[in-house]
Amino acid sequence: MLIIDMLGYLMLNKKFEQIQLSHGGGGKEMNALINDMFFTAFANPILTSQEDSAQLQLSGTTAFTTDSFTVDPLFFAGGNIGKLAIAGTVNDLAMMGALPEYLSCSFIIEEGFAIKDLQTIVTSMAEEMQQSGAHIVCGDTKVVPKGCADGIFINTSGVGKIIKQGISVNNLQNDDVIIVSRDIGRHGAAILMARDSLSLESDLTSDCASLWPIVEQLITANIDIHAMRDATRGGLSAVLNEWAMASNVGISVDEKLIPVSTEVQGLCELYGFEPYDLANEGTFIMALPRAAADKALEVMTQYCHCDQASIIGYVTDAHNGKVILNTPWGSSRYLDIPQGELLPRIC
Amino acid sequence: MKLSDLYQQFRNPETIRALSQSIKKIASKIETDINIMEVCGGHTHTIMKYGLNQLLPANIKFIHGPGCPVCIMPKERIDHAAALAQLPNTILLTLGDMIRVPGSKGNLAKFRAKGADIRPLYDPLDAITIAKENPNKKVIFFAIGFETSTPMTAVLIDQAEKQNIENLLFHINHVLVPPAIDTVMADTKCKVNAFIGPAHVSVISGAKVYRPAVKQYQTPLVVSGFEPVDVMESILRIVKQKHAQIAELDIQYSRAVTEDGNLAAQQLINKYLTLRDSFRWRGLGPIPNSALRLKDEFSHRDAEIIYSTVLPTEEINDHKACQCGDILRGIANPPDCKVFGRGCTPETPLGSCMVSSEGACNAYYRYAGVSHA
Repeated sequence: MLIIDMLGYLMLNKKFEQIQLSHGGGGKEMNALINDMFFTAFANPILTSQEDSAQLQLSGTTAFTTDSFTVDPLFFAGGNIGKLAIAGTVNDLAMMGALPEYLSCSFIIEEGFAIKDLQTIVTSMAEEMQQSGAHIVCGDTKVVPKGCADGIFINTSGVGKIIKQGISVNNLQNDDVIIVSRDIGRHGAAILMARDSLSLESDLTSDCASLWPIVEQLITANIDIHAMRDATRGGLSAVLNEWAMASNVGISVDEKLIPVSTEVQGLCELYGFEPYDLANEGTFIMALPRAAADKALEVMTQYCHCDQASIIGYVTDAHNGKVILNTPWGSSRYLDIPQGELLPRIC
Repeated sequence: MKLSDLYQQFRNPETIRALSQSIKKIASKIETDINIMEVCGGHTHTIMKYGLNQLLPANIKFIHGPGCPVCIMPKERIDHAAALAQLPNTILLTLGDMIRVPGSKGNLAKFRAKGADIRPLYDPLDAITIAKENPNKKVIFFAIGFETSTPMTAVLIDQAEKQNIENLLFHINHVLVPPAIDTVMADTKCKVNAFIGPAHVSVISGAKVYRPAVKQYQTPLVVSGFEPVDVMESILRIVKQKHAQIAELDIQYSRAVTEDGNLAAQQLINKYLTLRDSFRWRGLGPIPNSALRLKDEFSHRDAEIIYSTVLPTEEINDHKACQCGDILRGIANPPDCKVFGRGCTPETPLGSCMVSSEGACNAYYRYAGVSHA
């Protein structure tokens, strides 16, 4: 495969409306134009120093994470792949109690990709970084021939200083309560609706958002967080099951306490999905001592629009390794990890 | 009123609890077991997902029927789909979790990963668009399902004919509920003495198709909706019939089901499809007049005829340890099977009852086993 390394940055050429393989030719004018797009949007002294590597001053225990973003469609209600690529990595840091500081950013762009779309994506990334104060300090761009990528793929990695120690999947304690930060399943539902093949219309938007601002408030309020995770792929079911297994505890949740919007529930009814299995990109689950729950909810509703933050259940020493969902009419069942592709039911 | 109010009323906790109490009260006056077969996999799913079995007295037992279109598909038919998908310049289309069902050489997801163009459809009519967009390829719709999904296939054939879309072909695997009920009841080990009748199947076929079974086997049959309140109310109606020692056809799902069903859909189906002499059901074996095929005059669209030379003919049985057959015939429950949850899980299913969300084993694996204080 012909891959053209563009030496760390693309150059936008106003003569072109699409990214072309020739953009890798290294001509000065092109380099200058692309340079304008990335450096204008992401400007900071470490990035613009244009060294081979970024030089960072780190202190204390540091969290380090990476994630690659491929989404179809690239633009959806409530966000796009750029916003997702920033929020996703920032959230991975935030969920470890780490202040998101420095990010890397790699683009793999398919030949023919619209430059105006790239501009929209890059602008979204810059805007989303303002939510957490993180900076992109290094990057890379590749252009691949048409058909070798699906529009654009983005990888971001991030590092940040851990300012709240001890948050861990292994740290759930008996009688901890489980809090969900908002209504679940919005991102997964919004993406499904945006796909042409479903031909659905709705006001539903993705929950895609950086979670650092709310986490920062919780840490400042000195909330004793035992475990915290954003419920991305696999949704609420995956997080709770991972916790139950990692901490070897049981988790019991009440169906009627779990916030789900009518739009998400409607999509689930149509296609036979469960909201617990759908992805989120700005929704997190937290386990903490029962005594700290009220204060946590107060902080969440007061500062960060988490009006729907709710206690949905608790940790128990029964059913270790399993998650139990209690129905409003008194029966119970396992809430299992979703498996395989999400495929609609047949009838 | 919001749209969600419509279905929320069918999940009303007070109503469900009240139905549970009424059922318990009447069932306590009945000394024998009431063995209810819910024919349709959708009902199996409702019962397990909402934990309705936990709300019933001990003398009401469920026997999970053969009404899951994925579960009853024998491996040789999956092998047909795989063989068709591997033909050059071919796109194979099918519905939902058919992609996951293992044939003798793997499931369709595996063949898709190897490069075959296999696409799950949300809407069967998308096949028209795909066929038009790919005029140089054969587009084959691998049609599956009970009476519920047959009209969609008939509309698709109708559109292909009317729009002269020559590259759209069909591999028909549509099956019928009443012959399956007869096969289940013919087994001497069968303990079924009441039926919950299918919901969406009956919307199309009408409730009348069950009259002969009710008369012949003297079993109550209540056509039920898929929501928890629907199923609980249907069980109450069955229990009332049992207490009165009568056996009648009853329609609980009256908001959608009539005696005669959807006549326009039946007409369209009869225009293009006809009874197949025999169809081999997974777990139940060959059942005469239990499935449909394209009529002879539409053989130019019949992939089974056009590609008969490349389609495997060998009949392939399930793994010896797999008890899907007994489960589909209602003489075993999923936990009775030695490989359930061990050798056979939703990730690595040995039998098709573990594959589909409507399959009894899958529903048990996902939801069941929670003990109560």
